Amino acid sequence: MPTLRDIRQRIGGVKSTEKITKAMKMVAAAKMRRAQENILQARPYAQKMSAILHHLATKVDVSQYPHFAQREVRSVAIVIITADRGLCGAFNSNVIKAAANHIKTNYSSLYEQGKVSVICVGKKGYEYFSKREYDIFSQHVGIFNSLQFSVAKTAAQELIEGFLTEKFDKVEIIFNEFKSAAQQKVVVEQFLPIVPPTETQKHSSVDYIYEPSSAEIVSALIPRHLNFQIWRMLLDSNAAEQSARMMAMENASSNAKELIRTLQLSYNKARQASITKELLEIVGGAEALKQAS
Amino acid sequence: MSTKNFTLDVVTPTKTIFSGEVQSFTAPGTMGSFQVLHNHAPLLSTIGIGEVKVIDSGGKQKFFATSGGFVEVNNNKVILLAETAESAEEINKQRAEEAKKRAEERLQTKKEVINQERARAALMRAINRLKVSAKN
Repeated sequence: MPTLRDIRQRIGGVKSTEKITKAMKMVAAAKMRRAQENILQARPYAQKMSAILHHLATKVDVSQYPHFAQREVRSVAIVIITADRGLCGAFNSNVIKAAANHIKTNYSSLYEQGKVSVICVGKKGYEYFSKREYDIFSQHVGIFNSLQFSVAKTAAQELIEGFLTEKFDKVEIIFNEFKSAAQQKVVVEQFLPIVPPTETQKHSSVDYIYEPSSAEIVSALIPRHLNFQIWRMLLDSNAAEQSARMMAMENASSNAKELIRTLQLSYNKARQASITKELLEIVGGAEALKQAS
Repeated sequence: MSTKNFTLDVVTPTKTIFSGEVQSFTAPGTMGSFQVLHNHAPLLSTIGIGEVKVIDSGGKQKFFATSGGFVEVNNNKVILLAETAESAEEINKQRAEEAKKRAEERLQTKKEVINQERARAALMRAINRLKVSAKN
């Protein structure tokens, strides 16, 4: 049976934890709003860009561009986008688990030969994969605090270079997609080689005037498209992280509230019990005195 | 006049700068400036550093400074995918002046070739911004 003092102390402790989680929730909510705005603004641009690229890919011979080259996959790079910080529910562990699983199911033989390179974006993923038997190609940590387009650009450059020099035959990116404030989804996207459009998309195209030639537009478009894809994924992941954190802190706050309620109840019970006990003792004492006299 | 309008979206990676009905749209194509009016043929073009001129449905002129991107014209819908686009009112003249000065200094010091090119591009962007903001 805990004493009154113990319970009081625990209530105090839980209350201060609740204060922290509440504050973190507010911060995450504010950050999420901004991150959400960013990703929602960036999506139309990304979509339009890939639509133009897909359209052009049907008009020009894509095999002359090395970015489209489908090679036999003898080595693969996996980019894993996690958060820099924890306390956001299953956000990091979901994407890490999915990545480890993905490597195990699809590239286990390459993995055993050491042909799977891992590129970690975000500290949490780096902490996980660097402690295990993974070949870390590079890492970008501490970038989410103030997300810069240049980060996306350097990451994209590095991947493109690796692909063009045949260091990797395939590049895939695993990240959390921002669905809504309450929902994130882990997705795997192929980054390189660029996925050519499917047959059904081919027929719906219009005849355009190209200025300069379509080939030149494609070569101008490809690097921008790739940079922007990475940027979009970073924004997606950032928005998803903030919303995951908000939800996690929301849950923590409500759990704290519930805990305080039950603790308060047992505190009150213990207090009443001790008062009753004291009364009994006084009455008992008075009774004893009466009998003695 | 309302039948002669078409829709224009100016989109940048960070936000949608403009979206609405316009009468005319002029962009600095890499092969030379061009104008788009109602019922323009489908067109895909790259654009360079320069000014974008828009006449909106009310006949008012609007200017944007852009630093390159793509234009798609199809079925009376124009989409400008710009790397950056700032309307004339938005441009911070002081910042542009400073950027211009910085770029000029860098060009004078003559270091590596790559930096030279970057400085030249920065200078062009700054001059373009100043030019566009003067039209406001």
